[in-house]
Amino acid sequence: MTGLPTLLYKEVLRFWKVSFQTVAAPVLTTLLYLLVFAHALAGRLEVFPGVSYVQFLIPGLAMMAMLQNSFANSSSSLIQSKITGNIVFILLPPLSAGEIFAAYLLASMVRGLVVGIGVFAATLWMVPLPVPNPLWVLAFAFVGCGMLGTLGIIAGIWSEKFDQLAAFQNFLVMPLTFLAGVFYSIQSLPPFWQAISRLNPFFYAIDGFRYGFFGRSDMPPATSLAFATAAFAALSWLTLRLLRRGYKLRH
Amino acid sequence: MLAVEARGVQKRFGPVRALAGVTLEVEEGEFFGLLGPNGAGKTTLISALGGLAIADAGSLAVMGHDVARDFRAARRAVGIVPQEIVFDPFFTVRETLEIQSGYFGLRANGAWIDELIDRLGLASKARANMRSLSGGMKRRVMVAQALVHRPPVIVLDEPTAGVDVELRQALWAFVRGLNASGHTIVLTTHYLEEAQQLCTRIAMMKEGRIVALGRTERLLADFSERVLRVKLARGELPAALAARAAREPGGAWRIPIVDVAHVEQALRSLREAGAAVESLEVAEPELEEVFVKIMRREESPVAA
Repeated sequence: MTGLPTLLYKEVLRFWKVSFQTVAAPVLTTLLYLLVFAHALAGRLEVFPGVSYVQFLIPGLAMMAMLQNSFANSSSSLIQSKITGNIVFILLPPLSAGEIFAAYLLASMVRGLVVGIGVFAATLWMVPLPVPNPLWVLAFAFVGCGMLGTLGIIAGIWSEKFDQLAAFQNFLVMPLTFLAGVFYSIQSLPPFWQAISRLNPFFYAIDGFRYGFFGRSDMPPATSLAFATAAFAALSWLTLRLLRRGYKLRH
Repeated sequence: MLAVEARGVQKRFGPVRALAGVTLEVEEGEFFGLLGPNGAGKTTLISALGGLAIADAGSLAVMGHDVARDFRAARRAVGIVPQEIVFDPFFTVRETLEIQSGYFGLRANGAWIDELIDRLGLASKARANMRSLSGGMKRRVMVAQALVHRPPVIVLDEPTAGVDVELRQALWAFVRGLNASGHTIVLTTHYLEEAQQLCTRIAMMKEGRIVALGRTERLLADFSERVLRVKLARGELPAALAARAAREPGGAWRIPIVDVAHVEQALRSLREAGAAVESLEVAEPELEEVFVKIMRREESPVAA
């Protein structure tokens, strides 16, 4: 038996003990977005024919919350452990780079998925949502949360102070999530911004996720899944390299 | 078998040479002291032993397991109590120990955890959150965390810094017990009296190098001596004694003596010289003196 399940358990327990902040708060924030945008824009916008704007918004907002919370879980856990010094209790045991990676990644995915479930549970009573392609929904949920969980590990390793992590979050993660077509279809954008959006891996996660609900999307879902998986794989490769070298963790 | 083996270990942090080629062997079952001023490289050496730092050159092994190539076996063989008090504020004492145990792949470790909690006096705090514990209690939990996988080699990095007398004594009794039951202990401390009482062998470090290494009594014999401290109420020190003696700032004389029979002789010559003794004590060799002498020796390089 290896230490991986224990580190995973510890990481899940860590956010679960403060689930009011780590699960309930992001669900509430997402609901507020939904209420405000739906109120302001309902009836004025119809992105896909036959799909109301509120319906269109829900999967995108859910995915946005999932991405942000997956990122927040691994990054905040690592930076807190580094700053308080208790990271030594993870570095001293016989845990390999792969085990540390897998545990932080899986815990982040659990947090992202729990928040996603929370958002759907809270919105079900407002708007019924069809799920014609549940397998696409699951595939994009896993890849999206995985991608951001991994990015969170990189951010947590790289940051030495909370404000560096905040910069990572505010100048990279937030713009990428907001510009990933949560509130609109990228077909409505000018060609230049469409091209830019296609470089954003978060866009593929959201677009493909939405396909699972409406059977319609900007890109074919298989293409989106390929791009999102490639981004996830590249980030994982980088994270494992950093962990093996002990970058900013083992001096 | 060697509990710890360091061969030419080097480590640099930017311009600072933290370890400048350290070679050291600690035998199984030893109570070994690693002494030196702040910045000598003791903590860096311990970090490299536990994988918290990666040596630039040289090799390190615990119980014959190389810390890089065979890191799993090496880390299972060593328990390190870090110098700084660190804790995870999300968990209780028992959760902390159960989680630490799991990292080593130990699942059914409850009996040993109970014993550690009991022996370290943590029973009343087992369900308390780490945040609510006093500094001394947190230190005890750190000791328990280092021992949760029953490592044959235990490394304590300044475990008594800022610790009250009661806990210090309890801690040493506990560590002595571990040593008696076969564990190898490596200790760093600034309290040289403690090191002198506890350690069978001592290495002194300065600026990343080992500058003295030997059995504690050998170092004491080579660098310190037994002295008779005499303060006179009246009269002068006879010339024969004064030639060997040194005067302390307070006015007391320090007369080196080899064995206690010399005390008798010194007193007789004082009496014959008509001097009256105000106070008198025999001071045993002290590690502090050894330490100061060795550090001073290392300070004056070939500059002269």
